[in-house]
Amino acid sequence: MAETGPAPQPVLRMTGISKEFTAVRALSEVNFRLFPGEIHALLGENGAGKSTLIKVLTGVYSLDAGVVELDGSVVRISSPHHAQQLGISTVYQEINLCPNLTVAENIFLGHELTAGGAIRWRQTRKAAAALVARFGLNVDVSALLGTYPVAIQQLVAIVRAVELGGGGGVPTRVLILDEPTSSLDRDEVQVLFGLMRRLRDEGVAIIFVSHFLDQIYEICDRMTVLRNGRLVGERMVADTDRVELVRMMIGKELGTLEQLAVTERPEFGAPVVTATGVGRRGGIAPFDLTLHAGEVTGLAGLLGSGRTELARLLFGADSPDSGTLQIGGAPASLSGPHAAIDKGIAFCPENRKTEGLVPDLTVRENIILAMQAARGWTRPLPREQVDALVGRFIRALDIRPADPEAKAGALSGGNQQKVLLARWLITEPKLLILDEPTRGIDVGAKAEIQKLVAKLADDGMAVLFISAELEEVLRLSHTVGVLRDRTLVARLDNGPDVTEEQIMHTIASGAHP
Amino acid sequence: MTALNWRGVYRHHLFWPAAILVAMLLFNLPFTPNFFSIHIRNGHLYGSLVSILIFGTPLILVALGMTLVIATGGIDLSVGAVMAISGAIACWYIKGLSNQNSLGGVAIAVLLALVAALALGLWNGLLVARIGVQPIIATLILMVAGRGIAQLVTGGFIITVLSAPYARIGGYALTVPTGVFIAAAVVLGMAALTRRTALGLLVESVGGNAEASRLAGVRARRITIMVYVFCALCAGIAGLMNSSNLADADANHAGLWIELDAILAVVIGGTPLTGGRFSIGGTVLGALILQTLKTTIYTIGVPSQANMVFEAAVVIIVCLIQSAEFRARVFGVFRRRPRPPAATPASIPTQLDKPVEAVR
Repeated sequence: MAETGPAPQPVLRMTGISKEFTAVRALSEVNFRLFPGEIHALLGENGAGKSTLIKVLTGVYSLDAGVVELDGSVVRISSPHHAQQLGISTVYQEINLCPNLTVAENIFLGHELTAGGAIRWRQTRKAAAALVARFGLNVDVSALLGTYPVAIQQLVAIVRAVELGGGGGVPTRVLILDEPTSSLDRDEVQVLFGLMRRLRDEGVAIIFVSHFLDQIYEICDRMTVLRNGRLVGERMVADTDRVELVRMMIGKELGTLEQLAVTERPEFGAPVVTATGVGRRGGIAPFDLTLHAGEVTGLAGLLGSGRTELARLLFGADSPDSGTLQIGGAPASLSGPHAAIDKGIAFCPENRKTEGLVPDLTVRENIILAMQAARGWTRPLPREQVDALVGRFIRALDIRPADPEAKAGALSGGNQQKVLLARWLITEPKLLILDEPTRGIDVGAKAEIQKLVAKLADDGMAVLFISAELEEVLRLSHTVGVLRDRTLVARLDNGPDVTEEQIMHTIASGAHP
Repeated sequence: MTALNWRGVYRHHLFWPAAILVAMLLFNLPFTPNFFSIHIRNGHLYGSLVSILIFGTPLILVALGMTLVIATGGIDLSVGAVMAISGAIACWYIKGLSNQNSLGGVAIAVLLALVAALALGLWNGLLVARIGVQPIIATLILMVAGRGIAQLVTGGFIITVLSAPYARIGGYALTVPTGVFIAAAVVLGMAALTRRTALGLLVESVGGNAEASRLAGVRARRITIMVYVFCALCAGIAGLMNSSNLADADANHAGLWIELDAILAVVIGGTPLTGGRFSIGGTVLGALILQTLKTTIYTIGVPSQANMVFEAAVVIIVCLIQSAEFRARVFGVFRRRPRPPAATPASIPTQLDKPVEAVR
């Protein structure tokens, strides 16, 4: 790592930062430095430790080990308020302002200009107007914040953070923008970038978190990549090509798992689902995709690239605003998940806890839920049939404890995932969509689930397999769809000549190989 | 009985509500020596226990309906107003009959009242499930507006009726209070409806995790509408019992504040306000506990100005005893109730197998 910073002395230096939650190492010995007058991208996939690092820096979490230096002197940041007093300001993804107050009121919220206990409204408005003008915004400060589009609200939040971050007159030196662009459109992003450049030129150091690679390359000077709570590296953006960046972010899972490599392309069956121009604004750009019986289609792409959004459209969990779906050869429009299930589609969502499991119910009840819902409440499954089915799948998937009456919420992550798989397998679906089925579960369960996927496809099921781990996608899939910035950019037939390298290239550039 | 069996008894989810009810009944004995005596007077069963049942059955019905609503994670504040409307419609119709003792006329009156209750439940359900209004707000509308509707029906007066067939609903049948039969029928019907079909499972899954249920294909909206309709129907029946017992329809006072007692009965019965698992038996016991408490206050002669405070204090104690965590702290011996979702997963199966003594 060459010392090529714009100034020799970093405004912020974090050394050997470690943070542990109950049994989970969120950060281990991470180093991070930030120079004045730079925009610094903080990058990493889900669970890499980005938000933990930010929360340590803003005093939300206390650190277990490590040193934070601000302008060369060691500080212990004890609370978010303390961070503000030190000149560290944060703007989060969701706007923490009040849409029902005016722009001026929002800017000075908690720091009202008062005289003798009364707020000096005229002066507040004047000061606020001068502020927004200085940042080059064309905003009426006496209008309600809620009447402005999200982008402007975001900018107002930044103005507020920069101006009042220091509280007692301390200027903001470090500004943290946590995914500020995720709900903005292209033009709005440009307005935000304009403001960011202006602040940078004034000497503010900006930490920028975003999943959009294009934006990183457009606005950032330097970047730090984290993976699994560890520092992967710090690079100058101009010196790092996208493939290298993607490799740093995704990394490589060591080949400890049993090899399941797809050796040859089998003959696939009939198309199960054909999507033509299906898309949803703000979710995923219109895509064409055909899923055949007996085919495992893997989806590769970075976090936020639209993998889950694509799957949800196929399952009717969200409704598309363009395109047509054909299911089993007949045109279909899905009014909701129940309609998709009726047509033989199953979906294991990414968030087991919030979208999959009903933790208070037993393993048995969780397993039969989808099948029972499809039959309707008036036709309960006969108890003997339930016991037989549940018993069979508990054995087949080796769910532990093998007790159908255990509370599902008390099971380990891997076993919960198996309960969800069992829920869908008993419905005998034609298409099984698995969104990150192996995330956060132990290696053994992971290998079992991978084997199961291969076997199901052998038996003629169409599988859509989504995973952040490229290796896993390549190992299991016959066909790989690559997503980038909410667009399906490529469809590759998997074979010996398809490599991780090639997929990383596609993710990085969006070009067809 | 072996120690093992006893453990099964007091680990049952109905053990604590039942124990509290029994304790409360026994508490009355020193004050009213003939508290448990039941005799027949004028061909009717008579005694303290019987009056607890008579006055308690409307609450049981309302609380049963409320149980399903709460199980889906909702709440229904409008039950009292629905009671008032149902009683008002029945009395208004009977009052207009040329012969108030006509069985057919009373049947039509009851039918009209129940249809109105169904419609009101549908209104609540549609507001919550279709329009997406928060349950507490959606039902608050009818809670307030419903009394107005009832007043429109009664014309602003208390309608009194003199109808022998109508009086039966809140009176006696075969020497036993009619309400007991009605409540028993509703309990059995509801048990069959929820446990013999898949309705109970689907209600619990919607209450336990609405989004996961939707993604598993559960038609959550339909389920939600159904439970509000069922709840209003129960309230409608309770309104008829109440109005029949008093032989009048009072738009302002019929079922006043019963929604709060009903919610309390559900909670005492062990159904969490956050939704999920529900217990029909627990709700019945919870309603009986509340009614017994009200009776006890009179029999032991709590000064009338202290009634409310006394009732509140007892309710707090009851709720504390119901809490497994509180019991664990106060009498650590009774620690093992099998509902520790926060416990470490691995410890659950072993804990269940451990003998009582081992843990102590």
